[in-house]
Amino acid sequence: MAATAETIQQVKELGDRYKYGFSTDIESDMAPKGLSEDIVRFISAKKEEPEWLLEWRLKAYRHWLTMPEPEWAFVDFPQIDYQDAYYYAAPKTGDKPKSLDEVDPKLLETYAKLGIPLREQEVLAGVEGAPKVAVDAVFDSVSVGTTYKKQLEAKGIIFCAISEAIQTHPELVRKYLGSVVPAADNKHSCLNSAVFTDGSFVYIPKGVRCPMELSTYFRINQENTGQFERTLIIADEGSYVSYLEGCTAPMRDENQLHAAVVELIALDDAEIKYSTVQNWYPGDENGKGGIYNFVTKRGACRGRNSKISWTQVETGSSITWKYPSCILQGDNSVGEFYSVAITNNRQQADTGTKMIHIGKNTKSTIISKGISAGHANQTYRGLVRIQPGAEGARNYTQCDSLLIGDKCGAHTVPYIEAKNSSARVEHEATTSKISDEQLFYCRQRGLSDEEAVALIVNGFCREVMRELPMEFAVEATKLVGISLEGSVG
Amino acid sequence: MLKIENLHVEVDGKEIIRGLDLEVPKGEVHAIMGPNGAGKSTLSYTLAGRDGYTVTDGKVTFRGRDLLDREPEERAADGLFLGFQYPVEIPGVATLTFLKTAVNAVRRQRGEAEYDAMQFMKLVRGKAKDLNISDEMLKRPVNVGFSGGEKKRNEILQMAVLDPAFCLLDETDSGLDIDALKVVADGVNALRGPERGMLIITHYQRLLDHIVPDRVHILAEGRIVESGDKDLALELEKKGYASFGTDRAA
Ligand SMILES: Nc1ncnc2c1ncn2[C@@H]1O[C@H](COP(=O)(O)OP(=O)(O)O)[C@@H](O)[C@H]1O
Ligand SMILES: [Mg+2]
Repeated sequence: MAATAETIQQVKELGDRYKYGFSTDIESDMAPKGLSEDIVRFISAKKEEPEWLLEWRLKAYRHWLTMPEPEWAFVDFPQIDYQDAYYYAAPKTGDKPKSLDEVDPKLLETYAKLGIPLREQEVLAGVEGAPKVAVDAVFDSVSVGTTYKKQLEAKGIIFCAISEAIQTHPELVRKYLGSVVPAADNKHSCLNSAVFTDGSFVYIPKGVRCPMELSTYFRINQENTGQFERTLIIADEGSYVSYLEGCTAPMRDENQLHAAVVELIALDDAEIKYSTVQNWYPGDENGKGGIYNFVTKRGACRGRNSKISWTQVETGSSITWKYPSCILQGDNSVGEFYSVAITNNRQQADTGTKMIHIGKNTKSTIISKGISAGHANQTYRGLVRIQPGAEGARNYTQCDSLLIGDKCGAHTVPYIEAKNSSARVEHEATTSKISDEQLFYCRQRGLSDEEAVALIVNGFCREVMRELPMEFAVEATKLVGISLEGSVG
Repeated sequence: MLKIENLHVEVDGKEIIRGLDLEVPKGEVHAIMGPNGAGKSTLSYTLAGRDGYTVTDGKVTFRGRDLLDREPEERAADGLFLGFQYPVEIPGVATLTFLKTAVNAVRRQRGEAEYDAMQFMKLVRGKAKDLNISDEMLKRPVNVGFSGGEKKRNEILQMAVLDPAFCLLDETDSGLDIDALKVVADGVNALRGPERGMLIITHYQRLLDHIVPDRVHILAEGRIVESGDKDLALELEKKGYASFGTDRAA
C-alpha cells in the first residue's frame, strides 16, 4: 500500500479524531540526522547564504549548547533528544517552479486534503475570481508557491520566503533579523536562530496599506523533521498589514519539536495585525504523539502611535509554550493580545503574553480565553511591565477559563510590575464550567452534545473570534468544535 | 400522539412522579394545572430527556414510538419542543445564531437540507415580527440580560421557527404582564392545528382564557388527580387546589 493510503487507513481507524492526519511521500533532500556545527553549515550552504548569516547561525548554535532548558512553564514532557531529529528537509523539485503549474501536484493535493482548499486552494491554483488572499506556502522548509506577488510588488510590498529575502534584500534582513528576539533570548529561539530553514518575510513600505490579507500555511511533512520557521515582518512608517498564519500537521507517532520565531517591527504610525490559527497534531487520546510547539513571537512597536495586535486560536499541539508579546517603545503605541487556547485529552498549554510599556501613554489590552477538557492542563501566564518612563500607561487584562469535566485544570499566573505611579493596570479573571442546564437547553433544541459544547465554547470565545479576519473566523469556529470532540458524554 | 402510562420518576433518589397517566391525541391542546412542587417541571424535563430524571417505572410513547430510550436531541428532531419555565442564558451566542444552529441541527437529523443564511432569515423575520422581537434582540446573546417577557417570547419564537409536532410549555405565562401574555398566547394559538399536539403547563387559570384547552388535568403529588374540560380550570380557580389532590392522592 502506498504510504499515503496506509496513513489514511490508520487515521480512519483512529476514529477520524484528527481529521487532517496523513502523510505525502514527496522525497526529501535531507541532511543527516542530528545537530552539529556541520549541520548548521550544511543548512546555510544549501541556502547559499552570505557569510554574515552563517556566522550569526554559528554564534547562536554555540550559545545554544550552553543554555539550559526553560523550566518555569507548567508543562511536563520527557527530555528532548536533539540528536534524534533531522534539521533540514525539502520537497524535491529540482529547479524552483516558475508558476503554480509547475508545483508538484502532490503538494496541491495535500492542501486539498487538509480542507484548506476552500478559497485558498483556488488562490493557490490561480482560479479566476478567487479572493485575494496571498499565500506563501511553506511546505516543510522551502517555500514552493507564491501568488499575487505582482500585485503586491506594484505597491512596493515584499512578501516572500525569508530565504529569498536574504538573497534579494539582504540589507533589510540584516538590519532587523534578531533585533526583536535576540538569538540568545531563550533556548528555543536560540536553536531556531542556528537552524531555521525558512519562513516568511514581509516588508510594507511607508504609507502603504496592504490591499489583502497575507497568509501562510505551515505544515510539517517529513518524518522526524523539527520545524524551525523564521518570520520577519516590517511595517514602515504609516503602513498597515494583516497577516494570518494557519497550520495543520499530518499524523505522527513521535513527538516533534516545533520552535518558530516570529519578529514584528512597527515604525511610526504603522499597524500590524497578526492572526494565528494553530492546529498541529495534538497527539491521541492518551497523549501519544503530537507536536511540541515552542514558539517565540514578539513585536516591537518602535514608532510613535504604532500598533501591534496578536490574535491566536490555539487548538492543536500536545504541548504549547507560547507568549506573543509587545514591546511598546514608541509613545502612544498600542499592544493587543487576543487568545483562545483549547486543550483536550492530554494536551498541555502554557501560554499568555508580555506587554512591556516603555513609551509614554502606551496602551495594552489582553483578552485570554482558556478552555480545558479531558485530562488537559492549561496555564495563562502574562506579564505586564510598566517602565519608569511610561507616563500614563494603561493595561486592561481579562482572563477567563472554562472547564469541561472535572479532570482538567486551568491556572492563571499574572505578573504585574508597575514602576510608574501614573500607570493604571486592571486585571479581571473568571473560571466557569459549562452547566448541565446549558447543555440540556441546547440538546432540547436539537443539538448533539458535541454541537452544544462547540456552540457554548464559541460563545465564550466570541470577543477573541471577532478579532479574526472574517474569512478565517469561519474555519476557526469549526476548529473549536473539532478540537473538543469527545469532551462530553 | 403522546401517551404516558403509569409513569414513575425519581430525582436525587426521591420519587416525584408517582404513577402518572395521560394521553394527548394530535390536534388537541391539553392543560396541566397544579400547585407549586406538584411535579409539573419534573414531568416536562422527563419527557424532554434531561439527565438526572430517572424513570423507575412506566412507559411513554410519542408518535407511536417509545420516547424514553431516546436522546434529548432525538426527541427534539422527532418534533418534541419544550418551552422552559426558566430559559437558560448562553453568553456570547447571538440569539439568531442559536436559532439557526438549532433549526439546521434538527433538519440534519431528519435528513433534510440545511437552510442557508438567506432562507433562514426569511423564515425568522416574519415570525419575530409577530412576536414583537426586534432585530436588535436577535443579535443579543441568548437570554442574557433579557427581561422575563423577552425570555418567554424568545421561547415562543424558537418554537415557531422549529415548527414542532408537539409543544410542551412549562409555565410560559409566569412573570408576564397582560400585554406580554397576549402576545405569547397569540403566538401559541397561531401554531394550533389538526396535526399538532400541545400540553400547556400552568399554575394559573388566566392563560387558559387566551389559550382555550380541549382538556384540563390537575396534577398533585406526582399524579393526575382530576381531568375535565375547560370548566375544570374555572372550578379549580374557585375552590383552590386543596379540594383536589391531596386527600385523593394519599
Ligand atoms: N433537581 C432536583 N433535586 C431535588 N429535588 C427536586 C429537583 N427538582 C425538583 N425537585 C423537587 O421535586 C418536586 C417537584 O418539583 P417541580 O417538578 O419543579 O414542581 P413544579 O414544577 O410543579 O412546581 C419538588 O418537591 C421539588 O423540590
Ligand atoms: Mg415548575
